[in-house]
Amino acid sequence: MMIADLEIGKSLPEIRLAPVSRIDLIKYAGASGDYNPIHTIDEEAKKSGLPGVIAHGMWTMGNLSKLFTPLYEQGFIEDYQIRFKDMVFLNDILTLKAVLSDRDNHRYFFKTAALNQNGKEVIKGDIIFLQYA
Amino acid sequence: MLKEYIGLKSEKVLNRVEGREVKKFVEAIGDPHPLFHDEKTGEESIYQANIAPPTFPAVFDYGEIDGLRLPDTGLIHGEQSFHYNRPLVVGDEILCYTEVEDYYERKGASGLMGFLILRRFGEDSIGQTVFSSKAIVIITETVREEMIVR
Repeated sequence: MMIADLEIGKSLPEIRLAPVSRIDLIKYAGASGDYNPIHTIDEEAKKSGLPGVIAHGMWTMGNLSKLFTPLYEQGFIEDYQIRFKDMVFLNDILTLKAVLSDRDNHRYFFKTAALNQNGKEVIKGDIIFLQYA
Repeated sequence: MLKEYIGLKSEKVLNRVEGREVKKFVEAIGDPHPLFHDEKTGEESIYQANIAPPTFPAVFDYGEIDGLRLPDTGLIHGEQSFHYNRPLVVGDEILCYTEVEDYYERKGASGLMGFLILRRFGEDSIGQTVFSSKAIVIITETVREEMIVR
């Protein structure tokens, strides 16, 4: 897909993730160095008042940016801003979305979010994609 | 008590963007695109090398701010942003540091919530900023009280 062909109001192809698994979070802990046990060990999550382990916010944010990966020959993410709105639990099924809201010459402004199986936004924010001249 | 850290910076720490770590990271976020880890794809790309995805700076060491010890648990990540002047490329040597940009408290549902704004920076060998990031970390009253006791 060519970014220049994307019209304002149109979306990048959505991605639906497989249900969140404990191994996903263990792998992210290992890759990122974030070993906070509320992301991997139920007892520790419960001690913090949670019903069970929750995903690292940065795991979800990391997943969301893959909507743009096929476009990196055309430009790159200049700004990526996210608000963590709700928790992500094991077996949640997330859908990743990005819609083009505006364009200024080589800058493409996207509204982006990850929604859970109940349609609730768990993270949301803005991405500016800067196209190479 | 956290207010006194506003404006303090860590020392700069050299981080290298290692291909092996990028591969592990993109597998962990389910984004194993060849541009991130296949050498040939990288060489033939506009970057002439493999690149790292935008949240990769999560792996970097940013040094420590004198006296600032945050608990390992009980912190809430409220917001996160990254700004890039160019993507990170495998082989990059990046000097990273962090700065306490602000700290303030607001009344919330579970008492007085603390908001710690941490800025992080990555510079290349000639001192040019490659990326910067901003994290808003929320510290609940309970966690803050434990910090004081320690």
